[in-house]
Amino acid sequence: MVALSDYLVFSAILFTLSLAGIFLNRKNVIVLLMAIELMLLAVNTNLIAFSFFLNDISGQIFVFFILTVAAAEAAIGLAIIVLVFRNRNSINVDDLGSLKG
Amino acid sequence: MHFEIPAFSPAIPEMVLLALASFILIADTFWSKKHPNATYWASQIALVIVGILILFSFTTETQVTFHDSFIRDAFGDVLKLFIVIVSLGVFLFSRDYMRLNNFYKGEFFTLGLFAILGMFVMVSSYNFITLFVGLEIMSLAMYAMIAMQRDSSAATEAALKYFVLGAMATGLLLYGLSMIYGATGTLTIPDVKEVIASGDVNATVLAFGVVFIVIGLGFKLGAVPFHMWVPDVYQGSPTAVTLFIASAPKIAAFAIVYRLLVDGLPGLVVDWQQLLIIMSVLSMVIGTLIALMQTNFKRLLAYSGITHIGFLLMGFIAATPEGYSAAMFYVLVYAISSVAAFGLIIALARTGNQFEEIADFKGLNQRNPWLAAMMLIVLFSMAGIPPFIGFYAKLVVLEEVISAGFLWLALIGVVTAVIGAFYYLKVIKAMYFDSNEDKSLLPVAAKDVAIGVSAYSVSLLLLGLMPALLMGVAYNSVLG
Repeated sequence: MVALSDYLVFSAILFTLSLAGIFLNRKNVIVLLMAIELMLLAVNTNLIAFSFFLNDISGQIFVFFILTVAAAEAAIGLAIIVLVFRNRNSINVDDLGSLKG
Repeated sequence: MHFEIPAFSPAIPEMVLLALASFILIADTFWSKKHPNATYWASQIALVIVGILILFSFTTETQVTFHDSFIRDAFGDVLKLFIVIVSLGVFLFSRDYMRLNNFYKGEFFTLGLFAILGMFVMVSSYNFITLFVGLEIMSLAMYAMIAMQRDSSAATEAALKYFVLGAMATGLLLYGLSMIYGATGTLTIPDVKEVIASGDVNATVLAFGVVFIVIGLGFKLGAVPFHMWVPDVYQGSPTAVTLFIASAPKIAAFAIVYRLLVDGLPGLVVDWQQLLIIMSVLSMVIGTLIALMQTNFKRLLAYSGITHIGFLLMGFIAATPEGYSAAMFYVLVYAISSVAAFGLIIALARTGNQFEEIADFKGLNQRNPWLAAMMLIVLFSMAGIPPFIGFYAKLVVLEEVISAGFLWLALIGVVTAVIGAFYYLKVIKAMYFDSNEDKSLLPVAAKDVAIGVSAYSVSLLLLGLMPALLMGVAYNSVLG
């Protein structure tokens, strides 16, 4: 039997990985998008684990909402990345520094 | 288990708005070629209809529906009304800006209506799921609105930054919510409150959740140290969208802070109060200091917005109903003055000169004395100089935080407000005392924009002469 704490540690690791992915990544914006998805998956793992061990269904319903919204979010994110690429022929994070003051 | 049909009546404004927005979205594809202005007028009419609906069904009793996931109360109704009032101005000014910059599209208004729908849902959320869905409806629409100026490299960069940090903020907020769910076993906000009050919870998990929730909300509000997206997004976005981001969403963000921290987690006030104190002090100090160095007016307003958020948080730190209503008063005033300030930039930016740098304001008084006077009112109000309403907004927040025993916090607030007055005065000096080589009169702003922007600016003065009016509204809606 896998204990609740195992799931929580697993999701905490996923969450930390995604945060590291957002802050340490200096290369590609697509990786940022992946890191954001990973973060939402960490949340989902958390919710499902809690929902199972608390014997309460509402956490799993929340997960459905998060999954659907994450799909919509990815669509908009990719569309924005396409626009950025059209404007400057690059999606490197380092090239996104024109707004500074 | 049987299925009960929920009462729909509390959500009628939202449903009407959704129906109208969907209708306009489809109709726009048909009429956009022949009647480019039809979508604009339809959106404005939709907003007016929703505003009237809220006003006429206004009730002071609290109604909860959809299985405890949606609440309608006086607090929500007042916030929604102000979201409508502010958005009317946003649409009015944006049309002019988009026309002049050749990216006029009907989609702006439909996206705007959906964003407003998201804000309504946020304001009325009584359950973590509703709160999350409302937040995302609003955010997704706004990401797209920033990116609408497709050929602008600055706008697309701003959209990407806003998207990445916004999505991360949502992730952090959700992680916190999942922890609260784990500790309390419920997603409904009042139930969370009850379970915490009963004491039968794991305090570590709860504290963990609160930290993540406050960080997520900090990102959404743009409080230091989670503010790095604010100046870039304000500067890079088309002014029409900056105007939107800087006004109505702040009211909605205030609402979710209230619903989560005050309605849901009053039992953990000690935990979130400390976090908010750090955020408030840093926002006021850093926002003010960096604003002093800005030469771009939109960036200056961004940093001044960060300072305002610091003040707003002081109302929550007081942790009394009076404090919350002071914060509500503050956010309403801030939203109106934001619309006025960015609206003025749009009214001034006619052709060529965008009025985005402070240097552009040199000698404005000679070139357009009326709009210069309006700008003077807005800047004085933001700086907190009596008799403008911004003064009373700062006054009540400081009063509440002092009566809650945080005198030192109020002192920091006063000092930053005094220093902050300097950068507003810098713009005023440029307008009235510097001369510009270009003596030609500015092209006249479109009549509707000029009237609209004057109405919002003068309201700052009029409300300031009768401060009890708006203050009373805020107090009554929080205290019930």
